[in-house]
Amino acid sequence: MTDYYTRMGDGRRVTMTRQQVLDDIQAGSADAADMGGIPQLNANEIEHMCDIIIDQSRVVGVEPGNEVVMTYDIGQLDFTGDNGNSGNGVDMGRLEAALLHERALGADTFELAHSDYSIKPVKPVISMEMQTMEEIQAEIIAPYFYGAMPNMGLYYAPDGPYGNPADLMREFKIEESMASSEAAAEHLARDIEFVTTRLQAAGSDGFNFDTTGSAGDADFVGTLNGVKKLRELCPETYINVGAAGESVMGIHGMMEFEGEVAAGLYPHQQAQLIAKAGANVFGAVCNTNTSRSLAWNLGRSVTFIKKAVEDSPIPVHVDMGMGVGGIPMFETPPLDAVARCNKAMVEIAKVDGV
Amino acid sequence: MGDPLGMDIPHLVASGMGGIRTAGDMVARMMYTKNMRLNDAKEYVAKKLGVTTMDLGDECIMRDLREELKIGSVTGIPGAPRGILAKMNIENILDIKINSCEKFREKLRR
Repeated sequence: MTDYYTRMGDGRRVTMTRQQVLDDIQAGSADAADMGGIPQLNANEIEHMCDIIIDQSRVVGVEPGNEVVMTYDIGQLDFTGDNGNSGNGVDMGRLEAALLHERALGADTFELAHSDYSIKPVKPVISMEMQTMEEIQAEIIAPYFYGAMPNMGLYYAPDGPYGNPADLMREFKIEESMASSEAAAEHLARDIEFVTTRLQAAGSDGFNFDTTGSAGDADFVGTLNGVKKLRELCPETYINVGAAGESVMGIHGMMEFEGEVAAGLYPHQQAQLIAKAGANVFGAVCNTNTSRSLAWNLGRSVTFIKKAVEDSPIPVHVDMGMGVGGIPMFETPPLDAVARCNKAMVEIAKVDGV
Repeated sequence: MGDPLGMDIPHLVASGMGGIRTAGDMVARMMYTKNMRLNDAKEYVAKKLGVTTMDLGDECIMRDLREELKIGSVTGIPGAPRGILAKMNIENILDIKINSCEKFREKLRR
């Protein structure tokens, strides 16, 4: 029985037989299907994914003509950030970083980012961000967004004015916990309006909302209310809304957007609300389980994302960074694993972009 | 996503259009301007450029075409339009408005 090199979800290199890879894809797909109430991958798709995974070329890719569009998060921080962002730690100006992505790294789109990459800390430096946006827009050609995480955790104690829902729940103050989430979500929506409309006035092509829902369903709903307002005020804006996970965490549990409860929504359901809020592109996510194989994670991820692509009213750019989209959760992800996950997402899930 | 060598480069090599190296920037613009899905956006851009959808990701086609159309290139071509100028040409070719160009026009004294 031939052994093939492949990876675990934490990036470790392991060997597996073809049958083991097939079994893990099947099990990962079944897990997604069971959680999301969606179809599993069919036999042909599982075979195709297996062939991609056991291909022993170092890097694999799609056939010419089947290329897709790339969008990015964290902007220039991949060059300038520390290892918390898998950044290179190379200090440089944001103009230079943007143009290097456009002209040296083949970026179809790119974005400006604050070093904390969250909506809230942008407010006190909004004039500086507007000035930098104007300067870079004068030189760049590719669509250039402003990117930030809604990151509603920053609105809770000790960082923000509202009580921490998890702490309040531990004290059995359930109603206070829910009220705190609701107040923070309203504050987040106001801040989104403040930040994004000013950047649009500075010539931004649009806004990338990264890891929406990272603080749970109230974060998800607060962001969509901000997106809706941005669309009303700036109809020309390009809006990208990327999710934080394959399921919206129900920390509040009853928050609604346009009459739909957000908690527990899976990517194919998240797409509907995100489109309704006024986004142009949905960044669908499935997180990686580090204890499982790449085959299991990719089978699970592609199952979720394929259904989202089929059901979404807007284009879907799957999130494929470290620890999402089947890619191992590792600071410097192995090139062989990244390329295999990419090819499978394009060829089987039929994504519009990455 | 950080680590440009572990992320940007393998994604680009595996399936990336290549941005202004080819026509990826324009396909992306149609996705965001009109909510077009990938194949619709490619067909729209290809028709406007007078090429096939296969040509959109081909450097050998797009390098010279971009210079001829004055819509920017990844190499430094002295005198060739970049930034707002190149985007104004893209607006005309794709029949769209680009926010930074609109803001630029608003600031011009006439």
